[in-house]
Amino acid sequence: MSILGTRVVRTEDPRLLTQGGVYTDDLRIPELDGAARITFVHSPIAHARITGIDTGAALASPGVVAVLTAADMDEIPAAGGRPTTEPLLAADRVRYVGEAVAIVVTEQGYQGEDAAELVSVDYDPLPAVVDFDDALAGGTLLFDGTDSNVIRTAGEPAPPGTFDGCEVVVQRTFPNQRVAPLPLEGRAAAARWADGRLTLWASTQNAQLARDALAAAVGLDAAAVRVVAPDVGGGFGAKIAVDRDTIIVAWAAKHLGRPVRWVETRNENLLGMVHGRAQRHTITIGGNRDGRILAYHLDIVQDSGAYPRGATFLPGLTQLMASGVYDLAYCGSAFRSVLTNTMPIGAYRGAGRPEATAAIERAVDLFAAEIGMDPAEVRRRNLVAPEAFPYTTASGAVYDTGDYAAALDAVLSGAGYAGLRNEQAQRRALSSQGQGGPVQLGIGLATYVEITAGDGGGETSRVVVDATGAATVYTGSSPHGQGHETAFAMLVTDQLGIPMDKITVIHGDTDQVPIGIGTFGSRSLQLGGTAVHQATLQVKDQAREVAAGMIEASSADLELDTATGTWQVRGDPDTALSWAEVAAEAGPAGLAADVEFRADSPTFPFGAHLAVVEVDTQTGKATLIRHVTVDDAGKVLNPVLAEGQRHGGIAQGAAQALLEEVRYDAEGNPQTSTLADYAAITATELPSFELLAMETPTSVNALGVKGIGEAGTIGATPAVHNAVIDAVAHLGVRHIDMPATPQRIWAAINEAKGSA
Amino acid sequence: MVNGAPVAADVEDRMLLVHFVREAAGLTATNVGCDTTSCGACTVLLDGESVKSCTILAAQADGRQVTTLEGLASPGGELHPMQRAFRAEHGLQCGFCTPGMVMASVSLLQENPHPTEAEVRAGLEGNLCRCTGYHNIVRAVLAAAELGGAGLAGTGLAGTGLAGTGLAGTGEERAS
Repeated sequence: MSILGTRVVRTEDPRLLTQGGVYTDDLRIPELDGAARITFVHSPIAHARITGIDTGAALASPGVVAVLTAADMDEIPAAGGRPTTEPLLAADRVRYVGEAVAIVVTEQGYQGEDAAELVSVDYDPLPAVVDFDDALAGGTLLFDGTDSNVIRTAGEPAPPGTFDGCEVVVQRTFPNQRVAPLPLEGRAAAARWADGRLTLWASTQNAQLARDALAAAVGLDAAAVRVVAPDVGGGFGAKIAVDRDTIIVAWAAKHLGRPVRWVETRNENLLGMVHGRAQRHTITIGGNRDGRILAYHLDIVQDSGAYPRGATFLPGLTQLMASGVYDLAYCGSAFRSVLTNTMPIGAYRGAGRPEATAAIERAVDLFAAEIGMDPAEVRRRNLVAPEAFPYTTASGAVYDTGDYAAALDAVLSGAGYAGLRNEQAQRRALSSQGQGGPVQLGIGLATYVEITAGDGGGETSRVVVDATGAATVYTGSSPHGQGHETAFAMLVTDQLGIPMDKITVIHGDTDQVPIGIGTFGSRSLQLGGTAVHQATLQVKDQAREVAAGMIEASSADLELDTATGTWQVRGDPDTALSWAEVAAEAGPAGLAADVEFRADSPTFPFGAHLAVVEVDTQTGKATLIRHVTVDDAGKVLNPVLAEGQRHGGIAQGAAQALLEEVRYDAEGNPQTSTLADYAAITATELPSFELLAMETPTSVNALGVKGIGEAGTIGATPAVHNAVIDAVAHLGVRHIDMPATPQRIWAAINEAKGSA
Repeated sequence: MVNGAPVAADVEDRMLLVHFVREAAGLTATNVGCDTTSCGACTVLLDGESVKSCTILAAQADGRQVTTLEGLASPGGELHPMQRAFRAEHGLQCGFCTPGMVMASVSLLQENPHPTEAEVRAGLEGNLCRCTGYHNIVRAVLAAAELGGAGLAGTGLAGTGLAGTGLAGTGEERAS
């Protein structure tokens, strides 16, 4: 029986549970002996010209090795071309609170905090641009040499007359708010310059992309840069490659000729790690009273933050997935990305797709409320039919496989939808008679499809079997909690019969794995895993030939007994050869295969989420009490890992619906710069989740797998959001902006009462 | 005493216990996840009770017993029931919150050996995890309770003078 599809506990865990991981700041290696500590000096003001920097007092502070500013970066190649290019250390202007202005290098960490306080920067304040409309109006521009804060646009408004044939049209504008990725380990780096080579240890999702970005930024050949990702304490998209602060740390090691370390505080993390989402949506949805949706348009304003990072491509992903799971006669979208004096936006779990799903799933509920039809029924009447695959959307996406109605029906059945609606009706009836208390029930649905491995790149793998009979897997994929070591070892043991404990998975070191892309966009198993699978099959073919030569038999007559890991002539155990024997015969380079797998197309996981919330109509507090999901990502390699990905995704999705928001005041001052202010979701705010199994394989790769890393987030946000609004719909509430905090829910209830 | 062994160092008045554990004792399992006592990544046991070691000065731990994740398994390497349960239930992904989460969970079961799910969730409110959605952490703590996770016999905590007492050991070594 194949190990694939079975519940295998992780091989990573004994180490993590006894000694703890070795994250970047845990490194105790000779190369970093005597490393100095780096402390950043950040801008405390959202928008200003820098008129002077006095480092004198800081330099005189105990333990200070150096204080470095942009003026010290002369040896760095000028970053090129566009006026909006992001600098490393800010030279003459700052554009968000938290932007790096200088670094203090000290013998010890506490000394750095003291000395950073003594760096005196003179700022000449400029008006801050925070609001979407102010940014669009362009009264204040973030960059000289530009005539607008709009950095990118795409798409068109709906053509005139698009909605003319619709019996009902609903239009609404609402935010998909800015949130913090918040990996428990923030950014961290250590670096060393020795023998003409720059080595960076960094908490990154992609060592190879980090190497290339770093080499370009500091003007070195890629061969002169090594990047190592030690254990990485979560990423969620925010640790793709390296950002400017990490590059500054690596540059400092080279500039000073001394190893350095940096680990950010949580305050710095909330200010200076990319934020996610930050879109404003205007949806227009039209259809008939029989529940058929005829036309949908999504207009997006994407907050870029102060520099063009993710905002250049993330709203494009939102556009690509705008029509969701629905077969619509018309679906159109457009976006404008605008600069503001806030932290730049980057990828965060889902990265453009959760925004698309949140918009259309909210729109469908608004449409359902307008025509007075059950939202489950409206969905069912508009889903892409199971026989329509491959299905090409108006935006040009080609959905590979799916059965959206089956996913919807499964969650409705699994949750006991009819019973929930009955309970809701009973509570409402009691409430209308002044009985039963203030707590109402809300049921929220989301049906979704998303795109995984949509970046167009491939992934590398090298599989080697050595003369001890052990296998080593080198992968360009780069885990930060997903369990690659377990998953990829399962792929090898499945084909070769080498036991899991004799398989080592190596990743995240550009000297050991020079070519790779890394982990984001739910790509690891379908690209990296397929590459491992293919390399394993090649090694198996090599071994077959070697063993045939040893036994003096035809290779066609040989079989591998994967239960024992032995090669033999079919049916003749006397000829059995172990992997060690075959590998010894093959020689050092004998059993080794390199593969770069590139899929012909992305995959499109799908599913349905049903959230049940209780809302206390007196206080406005919403409590998520059940969450039932189907998340179909094709074949499941290891249900333990897949379920873990779903759990984490659901929690982050629910967090956006209910709690989490990065806020700035009108002057661009961060209001959520500590975990005392940012409402990170906790165990008390979540129920246990009810996961239903469904596997619709894809034919895009040999394993039949799609990505699972982001699905939970994509489905959960609109399901929970819709559930909150559903709980108070009978009071006349049609919409509440996310996050649906008690204050907002309470205000919506009272506003509805006032207008009733 | 850190994990039953004496650790002595001259430190600044303001040095936090978590930095003492990581730098002076060289035990890096305990992580720093925030600066506001919000995330619990730095949770250790101080005289057998869970504390956030970012909110205790090293000097306050002078002469007291500190237990970190590294000290939880028995000296022979047998895992504590909580460690076994976290693995069996997939209660960790990236592992960064794990040392603090495990220590907080151990303390939770010492106070309440047979908690309900709601009590586990309330007990872990001060420990953030961004990967698991808490689902499998809660299952792990409930499973550890079934495994007798509240007991300390056979674990690294036995023999430190802490088992069942919650009191400091009486060794002469000083954890200054």
